Amino acid sequence: MNQMQNFTKGFLKENPILVLVLGTCPTLATTSSAVNGLGMGMATTFVLIGSNVVIALMKNIIPDKVRIPAFIVVIATFVTIVDLVMQAYVPALYVTLGIFIPLIVVNCIVLGRAEAYASKNTVWSSFVDGAGMGIGFTLALGVLGAVREILGGGSIFGFKFIEGDAILVFILAPGAFIALGYMIAVVNRINKKA
Amino acid sequence: MAKMQSSLRNMVLSLTLISVGASASLGFVYELTKSPIEISMLNRKLEAIKQVVPAFTNDPNEEMFRLPTGEGDSLDVYPAKNGEEIVGYAVRSYTNNGFSGFISFAVGFTPDGNIYNITILEHKETPGLGTKMVPDGTPEKPEFKDQFKGKNPAAFTLKVKKDGGQVDAITAATISSRAYCEGVQRAYNTLEKGGLI
Repeated sequence: MNQMQNFTKGFLKENPILVLVLGTCPTLATTSSAVNGLGMGMATTFVLIGSNVVIALMKNIIPDKVRIPAFIVVIATFVTIVDLVMQAYVPALYVTLGIFIPLIVVNCIVLGRAEAYASKNTVWSSFVDGAGMGIGFTLALGVLGAVREILGGGSIFGFKFIEGDAILVFILAPGAFIALGYMIAVVNRINKKA
Repeated sequence: MAKMQSSLRNMVLSLTLISVGASASLGFVYELTKSPIEISMLNRKLEAIKQVVPAFTNDPNEEMFRLPTGEGDSLDVYPAKNGEEIVGYAVRSYTNNGFSGFISFAVGFTPDGNIYNITILEHKETPGLGTKMVPDGTPEKPEFKDQFKGKNPAAFTLKVKKDGGQVDAITAATISSRAYCEGVQRAYNTLEKGGLI
């Protein structure tokens, strides 16, 4: 597999949310608007790239039996960095995403890529893998957030185009499941054809 | 370099090394972001105070004091002064009875006890329903919180109409509306008890 395929596999073919269905908890909880979804996606992308690179660098000095605690320490470090940086420079987004930023630590995608990819591959391909997976995650969250915001709030990126209320259920938790279900169906169809 | 064996010595060494590296980088980032975080928190606070009291010239944050609520805790009060004259008080109030629990407010009063404005600092209410308590309306299209402006809680019963009060609750968000009234009432009671209004 060349680096280009490695990079784009996260978009559709192995999209972490829509195909691997990992990390659905923050996905469902933070996508009540497009901006929140994208913000969460970008924070996770940064953590993915950072932890993938560091773990690929250190894969030879991490003994197998303690690899999980070692990975978690690395991941938690990056998450705390994101947490502090967001608090300092984008306080508004930090307030909306709240508890879900520290919870990136337990996001299955991050540990999943560390275990399944970064611990077996070179630094450069781990970087590409992290970036691709992160962008796939961000895209899925952004689209899901946009769909829910359009249907549920009648607005997009905070710009209101319907007066009053839209289909409120899409802003609430059940709407997240419904929208995600349809997105998975569509992506399955596309992947089957290709 | 060959992969390290999982001997006790190697495991201890490698985990120690990783932890030291992690702590060092976190300490570095912490130092770097410490003052921006403080500034952004202070700005949010000042921004909220500015919204809820008339224009002032002092630094309300410097002159902050605490007043007991009479329920075993106390609220932060930020006096706003124009020159020497007090033009209002911003009270940081709260309620635990929101639809999703804790909500905190900055409630501004003029010295005669009228509500000047209210702003929500933190909440976890349902988007699209309870969150309607947040925005400011316009004169043509008033929002929920506009009905509080200029009212004096001594004469204006801070309860939703369903409970015999005078507040129009948000449709489908009565619990959030009730909690809102409770938080504002707490701010008023505290100031009244403190003898400021």
